[in-house]
Amino acid sequence: MSTKSKSIQNKSSDERLRKVSKLKVLLNRPELGALGGSILVFIFFGIIAGDTGMFSAYGTINFLEVSANLGIIAVAAALLMIGGEFDLSVGSMIGFAGICIAIPAIYWGWPLWMSILFAFSMAVLVGYANGILVVRTGLPSFIVTLAMLFILRGATLAITRLITGRTQVPGLRVLVEDDPIAWIFSADAFKFVFTWLGSLGLIELRQDGTPLATGIPASVIWWIAMTIFATWLLMKTRYGNWIFASGGDKLGARNVGVPVGRVKISLFIGTAVAATIYACVQVLDAGSADTMRGFLKELEAIVAAVVGGCLLTGGYGSAIGAAFGALIFGTVSMGIYYTDVDTDWFKVFLGVMMLIAVIFNNYIRRRVTENK
Amino acid sequence: MSDNLVEFNNISKFFGSVIALKDVTMHIKKGQIMCLLGDNGAGKSTLIKTLSGVHKPDEGEIIVEGKKTVFDSPRDALDMGIATVYQDLALVSLMSVTRNFFMGREPMKGFGPFKTFDVKKANSIASERMGQIGIDVRDPSQAVGTMSGGERQCLAISRAIYFGAKVLILDEPTSALGVHQASVVLKYIVKAASSGLGVILITHNVHHAYPVGNSFTILNRGKSMGTFNKKDLSREKLLGMMAGGEELDKLEVELKEIDRIVKN
Repeated sequence: MSTKSKSIQNKSSDERLRKVSKLKVLLNRPELGALGGSILVFIFFGIIAGDTGMFSAYGTINFLEVSANLGIIAVAAALLMIGGEFDLSVGSMIGFAGICIAIPAIYWGWPLWMSILFAFSMAVLVGYANGILVVRTGLPSFIVTLAMLFILRGATLAITRLITGRTQVPGLRVLVEDDPIAWIFSADAFKFVFTWLGSLGLIELRQDGTPLATGIPASVIWWIAMTIFATWLLMKTRYGNWIFASGGDKLGARNVGVPVGRVKISLFIGTAVAATIYACVQVLDAGSADTMRGFLKELEAIVAAVVGGCLLTGGYGSAIGAAFGALIFGTVSMGIYYTDVDTDWFKVFLGVMMLIAVIFNNYIRRRVTENK
Repeated sequence: MSDNLVEFNNISKFFGSVIALKDVTMHIKKGQIMCLLGDNGAGKSTLIKTLSGVHKPDEGEIIVEGKKTVFDSPRDALDMGIATVYQDLALVSLMSVTRNFFMGREPMKGFGPFKTFDVKKANSIASERMGQIGIDVRDPSQAVGTMSGGERQCLAISRAIYFGAKVLILDEPTSALGVHQASVVLKYIVKAASSGLGVILITHNVHHAYPVGNSFTILNRGKSMGTFNKKDLSREKLLGMMAGGEELDKLEVELKEIDRIVKN
């Protein structure tokens, strides 16, 4: 920036030369609300439930796991929302992916790894179908994926009952042990650290001397890895710029050569694949698939993304924010058991939090986009 | 071969039985600002779309740097160096200056699947380019939404130039702007032309066009009323030639009539 241009500008307009402090830059970040919210939540539970074991190794792993499960789909939902679309079929996709793993593995005798790959290919198909329908018809994704929500849930139930006569498919646990890839979704990481901490007496032990918390669950690793990957995509790649552009102004983006349709389709595939990762973690952990698995998860994912700073209108948001949104959700939903508060109040809290987040985000957007 | 950057010869465009354009001829030289004037419905939009490759002309020929050409798509026109800045500017107000500047054409670094968007380079190019036109972008990561209308217009023009435009087609660049902002944009357009670009400036505002234009083509009901050099044309005559001019004369007569009646 030359000093010459500055002096010209000084005469014509002062406002654009106003110094912007680092703090202000930070205030304009979309994830700020969720970060602040997380800190508040931790302070709150630290005071209320600090001595109850909520923050012991075991308790921490518990609420992290709940947060992680939601975080996996929330991060993908956030990318899609920044790209200007919704996916309401995420919850149904979780149930559908679950039986796509369980039925071939239990009833058709497929090896587990093959059923897992099968579930992922079905996810790509479903995501592609969502995407192509939204892009080609120009209909709101809200409607298209709402239809997909019913289609997938119905198909899951009908197919499962047709093949198994039940709505649950148990018996996967034995298959997990020898499978070459199932550990990606079910193993605990850093077990040795926990064993070591246990041997020092720093964390709680079972009666047989093994630690109560055996390691960091795979879902937590997935959650963190996906958040980092999504953030890298958004901030550091061409594709990330296209996501912002597609959600911010579809027409403008197309006019300068952004392949808006392809970007949106790939984001829909992303949410369906994330739902399948969620399903793998859950199904392999529980050892059974349930047709109702993932019920209402699509709305929780949207809550997490919105609390994390995504605008419902697209073009703005962050993956880190969504990860923090999921952390708030998981911490409160588990933490409430450690308090005297009746757990019935959890949903009230959820609704209020979402309202506050939306009002806050609206304010942030005005700060960012208006000439103030 | 002439020194014309682009020639549009006898361009006609029909939509069914409607004659949208008939025999419009325009030549644009390096460093020249050609103003295309016309009232609403004169065919300006159709002409722009034909020039920028959205419509194919039904008659006539387009000659770019001496070679006869057919534009199959806006992309073709762009590849030939004919860039159009539409009224909506193709800017996303929630995105940063840099991200807008390079939207769809991001500079990359690295290899293979690890290619990343070179944010640092993009930032420095964007703020350098904006600095050249007198807009100090202290923070190129600020959202375009915080910029004024004139600055956005300049950003869109600057982007087109950076990506290799030889001929700029500007669609009503000053129509939504206040007096000061409009003058900033017009100054920038003159500067761009003096660096060797050809500019087609589309407007219905004679007061914006007259000071900056070298030649003027007036469009009325789909037909060109001719191209005039500045020295052969006074501002009043130009106003008079636009459909609006006649209307204004009529209006004046009518107002006098009303005035007379009221006084009596």
